Amino acid sequence: MNIIVCVKQTPDTAATLAVVDGKASWGNAPLVLNPWDEYAVEQALVTKEAEGGQVTALCLGPETAEEALKQALAMGCDEAVLIQDPAFESADSLVASRVLAAAIKKLESVDLAFFGKAAVDTDLGVTGPQVARRLGWPSLNLVAAISELDATAKTITVERLLEEGRQVVSGPLPAVVSVVKEINEPRYPSFMGIRKASKAEIPRWSAADIGLDGEIHPALTWPEILVPEKGGDEVEFIEGGDPAEIAGKLADRLIEEKVI
Amino acid sequence: MDFGLTAEHEMAQKMVRDFAQKEVAPSIREWDQKQEMAPEILPRMAELGILGICLPVRYGGQGMDFISLGLACEELEAVDSTLRVIMSVHVGLSALTLLQWGTDAQKEQFLIPLAKGEKIGCGAFTEPGMGSDVANIQTTAKKDGSDYVLNGEKMWISLASKADYALLTARTDFEPERPSDALSSFVIDLKSKGVTTGDIKGKLGVRAGSTGWISLQDVRVPSDSLVGEEGEGFKITMSGFDSGRYTVAAGATGLIRACLEASVAYANERKAFGRSIADHQLVQAKIAQMAQDYEIGKLLYFKAGWQKNAGERNTFETSMAKQFATNASFNAASEAIAVHGGYGYSDEYPVERYLRNSRGAMIYEGTNEIHSLIQAGYALGTRKDRPLRLEMPGYDANFWQSEQS
Amino acid sequence: MIIVYIDHFDGRAIPASWETLGVGESLAEAIGSDTKAVVLGTGVEAIAQEALDFGAGEALLADEPMFEDFRPEVYAEALTQIVKDNDPEIVLFPTTSRSRELAGMLAVDLDTGLSPDIVDYELDGTVIVATRPIYAGKLLIKEINQAKRPQVLTTRSRAFPTPEKGAAAAGAVTRVELELGEPVTEVHGYKESAGGVTLADAAVIVSGGRGTSNNPALEPPAEITDEKEQEIWRAQQGFKLIGELAMVLGAAVGASRAAVDAGYIPYSNQVGQTGKVVSPDLYIACGISGAIQHLAGMRTAKTIVAINKDSDAPIFKLARFGVVGDLYDIVPALTEALGEKLGKG
Repeated sequence: MNIIVCVKQTPDTAATLAVVDGKASWGNAPLVLNPWDEYAVEQALVTKEAEGGQVTALCLGPETAEEALKQALAMGCDEAVLIQDPAFESADSLVASRVLAAAIKKLESVDLAFFGKAAVDTDLGVTGPQVARRLGWPSLNLVAAISELDATAKTITVERLLEEGRQVVSGPLPAVVSVVKEINEPRYPSFMGIRKASKAEIPRWSAADIGLDGEIHPALTWPEILVPEKGGDEVEFIEGGDPAEIAGKLADRLIEEKVI
Repeated sequence: MDFGLTAEHEMAQKMVRDFAQKEVAPSIREWDQKQEMAPEILPRMAELGILGICLPVRYGGQGMDFISLGLACEELEAVDSTLRVIMSVHVGLSALTLLQWGTDAQKEQFLIPLAKGEKIGCGAFTEPGMGSDVANIQTTAKKDGSDYVLNGEKMWISLASKADYALLTARTDFEPERPSDALSSFVIDLKSKGVTTGDIKGKLGVRAGSTGWISLQDVRVPSDSLVGEEGEGFKITMSGFDSGRYTVAAGATGLIRACLEASVAYANERKAFGRSIADHQLVQAKIAQMAQDYEIGKLLYFKAGWQKNAGERNTFETSMAKQFATNASFNAASEAIAVHGGYGYSDEYPVERYLRNSRGAMIYEGTNEIHSLIQAGYALGTRKDRPLRLEMPGYDANFWQSEQS
Repeated sequence: MIIVYIDHFDGRAIPASWETLGVGESLAEAIGSDTKAVVLGTGVEAIAQEALDFGAGEALLADEPMFEDFRPEVYAEALTQIVKDNDPEIVLFPTTSRSRELAGMLAVDLDTGLSPDIVDYELDGTVIVATRPIYAGKLLIKEINQAKRPQVLTTRSRAFPTPEKGAAAAGAVTRVELELGEPVTEVHGYKESAGGVTLADAAVIVSGGRGTSNNPALEPPAEITDEKEQEIWRAQQGFKLIGELAMVLGAAVGASRAAVDAGYIPYSNQVGQTGKVVSPDLYIACGISGAIQHLAGMRTAKTIVAINKDSDAPIFKLARFGVVGDLYDIVPALTEALGEKLGKG
């Protein structure tokens, strides 16, 4: 099977975020492979191990994003491509999905494209479905398990994690599968994988390489980033004549303040 | 001079850190309290290739260099010293000794399974009656036909009850020309008839590990158990320490870092006299010292690691790195307890475990005092490195990473 | 005109959809426009009617057998047609697992931008300046879709008020006929989600401390004679009450080290220095004094509610809301009050 996994590089989730010069700043915290994408890489590798084939990791990002691709290679991906172009610098999901869909089309004969649920920086959670829509492939989103995969018959059955329970869905391949963390436990890279990855020459694709050398504009602009206001320092004591009254008031306050 | 770590080093370091933090850290306090090693530790470290990290691929290892070994030890000890002790004895004292001194047959029979983690190794030198005075080893190995028969006791042996093999030093010459010619090294299968092992409990620290004794009663071993030549035992033991001490140095550096990180986190949370204690200068002084000592520890073990990669003799540098880092980790742990106040004195926080663990490293792999004597010898010119019959090979990426030619 | 997508499951509207409708109505008022609710489903006419009750100007209903199970490509095709036919300025969705995906696909079909999970907005003429959380809410970003239309956004649950029911009630339900292709995916039903909420992931945690055993009036059964065992039994009654509150809130149950050490509850529930570090949206601490090592584990909770008999307990310094009272009285009363107000009887 020809398997793709789309990854992103994001700051470490333990980082302290601040706004510096109007931009989000994570200080000295390292940039890592987006944690949700680790699950996607793992599932791509598990699928390859079961069905045969190869896994290519794709990433839209700046130069530093090469490290995220190296992490994917170290885990066991066979190939990696960094899609990089000044035109894509302020990509919103409209641009990102267009770029990734174009890259997947360029690779030809792809059977499965894995995505993580969301990127922990932008928190959009729609890139996988949007890429699926552009490719005209089924979008299997929030997948917590792949119950069946028939590479010859080209069918797949998954369990999707919705608020109300696990929805069992089947569809044809090729398909886009966006995974949640319940699906697996990502492996550590092996030392051999680490050596191979650090030696790897990762090709760069520009906008022209994926046939997008026209005008590509994001739909969105971002005038401001702010730090959320912290709640007041003083505790608000809830008082009343009896426990029922106090509880009622507390419940009301919690609902009012949108805490519940 | 490039002080940077390569991408390979950083990825390897991250991998070991993630393993130790995710899989060992959550339950380490419980195992420390039980004074037992969690049963999944050795198999897991074997599975992940950590037990063979710096051994050549052709000998079952992972083909990484000596700096990677140091980085792995730093990350392991940052979670608990017992994890690094495994590396010190399995990799340092036993596998690397076989790499340097073993015959091809011994490498095939013993080194490959050790590097793969299929078998576990330890180093057996210390006895109930001697530690620093290596020349005074009393365990005997008497030639009998083509075998040797061993009798004696070894004490304070890490992984004694868990290991399959021991790199063991015993007396073979009972009227030597020079005292240092009396000893020989052997690789012993601990399942041999006559070998019994047991655990030692009640240690101040490294409680989540395995420290024990080995008793040898008429243990018959074939002559190909002899490592190196008869009479080379003292030299082989000493060169094994160059490997073991390096891992201790790197590990203790990781322990300094653990003390630093715990202190910074706590200092930012705890308030006294109207502010975070991180704002109080005497707390700041402690944290600054830890930060400085961490940096120094790293520079010392990186240099020793670099020398090992280059195939350069590094006894002096390794001694300095080990002595410095172990002392500094003890101080860092003590000061970390001070930063935590009363809470530091309880096992609610890890810093008391760091202190208990740190003290042992100042005694094993060469006491503090022995290291001072070693360094004085070099500094005064009374100690000179003589070439060894077999030197530890420098790291050659081609040789280390390729399969058997 | 503003279109508001109403999400539903198993014949019932997802309540967050009404909050979204409220936003639509406010926007409509501000820009001098009207709202149309869109309901796609099978046998969902009542939901379309409910949208009118909540003030939608009109409810567009596409009731087809094909819509019985939510499939994004099917719903997206239908919604895109409806949106193209109606040419709205803005399309709004509540943020649910279904509608987020649907909003994403609609945005691609219409070549426009998407602002998911907004928590606030301002208007600049007819252009929405949306505020949404990024970096797991550590920061907020303002977003504008200046030129492409419609503007597509999803609203975060509980970020906006629910409108009054029966407000306008002047509109009508309009059935929409659609030309739809064959779906490619098939839904085979639902499976139960495995297990309860884990501490590490929980958005809401209700936690108990030493105070759970502090109820001298509670008589243990006669067979339990050992004092320590009696204390544990009492604590377990306290944790039962905590468990009930957790059920109503869909929360995980946590405990302080003191409670775990005393044997009241297993170590796997421990929150704090040596237990788990948690960052829930809401942390309700019952009978927990708030010693520093426990605080270390939960201080990144967005909102802390503390219930403790001792008004000087350090936890009140960290809490947003506090009740000085007996958890044995307050917790069950809170369970009842919340059960009522959240419609979970």
